[in-house]
Amino acid sequence: MRADSPKTLEQLRESYKNALSLQKKKILVCAGTGCVAGGSLKIYEQFKKLAEKHSHLVEVNLEAEKEGIGVKKSGCHGYCEMGPLVRIEPSGYLYLKVQLGDCDEIFEKTILNDEPVIRLMSKNENEVIMSQEDIPFYKKQTRMVLENCGHIDADSIEEYIAKDGYSSLVKAIKLGQDEVIRIISDSNLRGRGGGGFPAGRKWAQVKRQKETVRYVVCNGDEGDPGAFMDRSILEGDPHKLIEGMMIAAYATGCKEGYIYVRAEYPLAVERLKKAVDDAKKFGLIGGNILNSGFHFDLHINQGAGAFVCGEGSALTASIEGDRGMPRVKPPRTVEQGLWGKPTVLNNVETFANVPIIIRNGDEWYRNIGPENSPGTKAFALTGNVNNTGLIEVPMGTTLREVIFDIGGGVKNGKEFKAVQIGGPSGGCLTKDHLDIPLDFDSLKKLGAMIGSGGLVVMDSDTCMVEVARFFMNFTQNESCGKCVPCREGTKRMLEILERIVAGKGTEEDLETLEELADTISKTALCGLGKSAANPVVSTLKYFRNEYIDHVVHKRCKSGTCQALRRIVIDAEKCKGCSKCSRICPVSAITGKVKEPFEINQEKCIKCGACIESCAFKAIREE
Amino acid sequence: MYMPGQYSKVDEILELHGYNKSSVIAIIQDIQKEFRYLPAEILSYVAKKLGLSEAKIYSVATFYENFSLEPKGKYVIRICDGTACHVRKSIPILNAIKKALNLSGKKHTTDDMLFTVETVSCLGACGLAPVITVNDTVYPKATPESVISLLNELKEKSE
Repeated sequence: MRADSPKTLEQLRESYKNALSLQKKKILVCAGTGCVAGGSLKIYEQFKKLAEKHSHLVEVNLEAEKEGIGVKKSGCHGYCEMGPLVRIEPSGYLYLKVQLGDCDEIFEKTILNDEPVIRLMSKNENEVIMSQEDIPFYKKQTRMVLENCGHIDADSIEEYIAKDGYSSLVKAIKLGQDEVIRIISDSNLRGRGGGGFPAGRKWAQVKRQKETVRYVVCNGDEGDPGAFMDRSILEGDPHKLIEGMMIAAYATGCKEGYIYVRAEYPLAVERLKKAVDDAKKFGLIGGNILNSGFHFDLHINQGAGAFVCGEGSALTASIEGDRGMPRVKPPRTVEQGLWGKPTVLNNVETFANVPIIIRNGDEWYRNIGPENSPGTKAFALTGNVNNTGLIEVPMGTTLREVIFDIGGGVKNGKEFKAVQIGGPSGGCLTKDHLDIPLDFDSLKKLGAMIGSGGLVVMDSDTCMVEVARFFMNFTQNESCGKCVPCREGTKRMLEILERIVAGKGTEEDLETLEELADTISKTALCGLGKSAANPVVSTLKYFRNEYIDHVVHKRCKSGTCQALRRIVIDAEKCKGCSKCSRICPVSAITGKVKEPFEINQEKCIKCGACIESCAFKAIREE
Repeated sequence: MYMPGQYSKVDEILELHGYNKSSVIAIIQDIQKEFRYLPAEILSYVAKKLGLSEAKIYSVATFYENFSLEPKGKYVIRICDGTACHVRKSIPILNAIKKALNLSGKKHTTDDMLFTVETVSCLGACGLAPVITVNDTVYPKATPESVISLLNELKEKSE
């Protein structure tokens, strides 16, 4: 089974399409990290057994002849909160929170008798939502890059080919290098890894280099806590990424590529390895691809747990077997990247956009989303929100649509407070920003950034000072130590923030924080350092009153900061029995019998002994 | 601590990577998988075989968080403290595990070498926050109570 020429690839495609059409019913079991954790692999095995027992199991391969049922492990559907998920085609039923014990019923009712299993379906008030596409979580999404995720067997190159896979590569080779670069440039595809640098400009710069040995590198070191878009593409549609990288390699004259995946994604690495092996078997990776004279080899490198390796020059250093530390630029990666050679470096989502753009053209692509940030963006929606998961929307969609229409609002009916966007390099947005469009430029203006696309929703119980401390702790830990501003500066900032949440901060500390933030962002060597202060700057800007509460009034209204908690006696409930004052180890409680007692906050050590002792529940922590 | 026979496994790993200097990270990853940590003798051995200085191999081994120069327990429990898990209260889970296993600040591994407890920045399973993993198996929506019963299960299993 080798696709030696565009013609044989088309022949293979026809026969796989035919096999796919013989699958009269399809059971797609989600096998993303989330659903696997919920036990979806056992569910998959069970459906396979049932299909073999009661009917005919059709695999998508050249031997398929008879009609029957297809059972597949799909990539992530994104609706992780409701997993394990099972999708049935062609009916479009999506079963939520499926357990092993539900398989028999699903098979009996839905596969054999075409009836839905209502109790496992999504409901809106009391109305059952029959098809996956009508569930509010999906309805407002535009799934383009994630189109195949959840809809094809993630482990099957045959299905990818049947869904027009690798046809963009054929088209690209036919168009020629310059035309491919023109299309990507004119499509205005901007890097999805954070910065938003135009991919086409990068490619053109590499193409222009005199050096003929060049590399294409995919950044799959998705280190932002709270982001997993790239993981889902790697797990759910690995061939789309490979095809995108190959088109980039062809257009810029690279013969070798590397995919750098972080170590925390074992499943993604496994799927990717299989995908690369399969592509090699089909002759789609190797020498003289599709009889075009184009050679390409692809390697997978696994990270070893260093956030800074998401930075371009640190990533290439890590591939070379060194400590992942960034270097001074220029020369830039397009001039001297991996092994000192010109390198095309894009992230997973960027490459996954490429086959789509080549297939549909740059004009078509520019019509999606706003003019300066066309296309879609995948976001990982997490935190205190009802529907957590992976979503994809056109650029320019507002935060309100994302959090309330798709995300279903804040969990437990609490009030929306802020959303952290762009991870430790990004900033927070408040309810005043709910109607701004999410795109590269409008967020930059607000001091936030799209980053890789993590959206962490925070409710009214979240302390923003603590959040800033949390991110600073993260960046401080991950600082590689090469440059002084980042190594020392983040440490000092963290110390100050720790002091503030411990109730020992002063107003002057806030000024020092701002001064340090300014210096670090102007002088740090790489992106990690330059953006390290962003969470502090943006929380100081939008939630300064919370900082003031901490440093002046020594209060944390959300009750998060332990040291700032207060224990108070409710005067209305207190009967004046004096039991608490006798139990208090530091004699902080005083009062007259039969009148409300009071706690001296300066003496109180917040041990909580009085709370337990009170028979009238008059003492509480706030 | 290591019998000469065990170097043959190291040789196998080196062979697999073609004694390639630039594959040093992949090589020590495989070694750690085999021995559950990076024994000092083996690091020196690898350095010699690859023609690298010991300083160089240590510089790599100490840079990346996944590498450990100290022996790890049979079960490595990683508590995710990424943003999503953090705002869904992952720290009380960490505290509960540490308390149950008698671990504190600098002590990450139990004396019987059964458990190692560490935190990790993000496992990318944010939709199921808070999560923990035990040797790469993900346990979603963890609570202090659920992890304690998981610990007991693992203890029973290894008895």
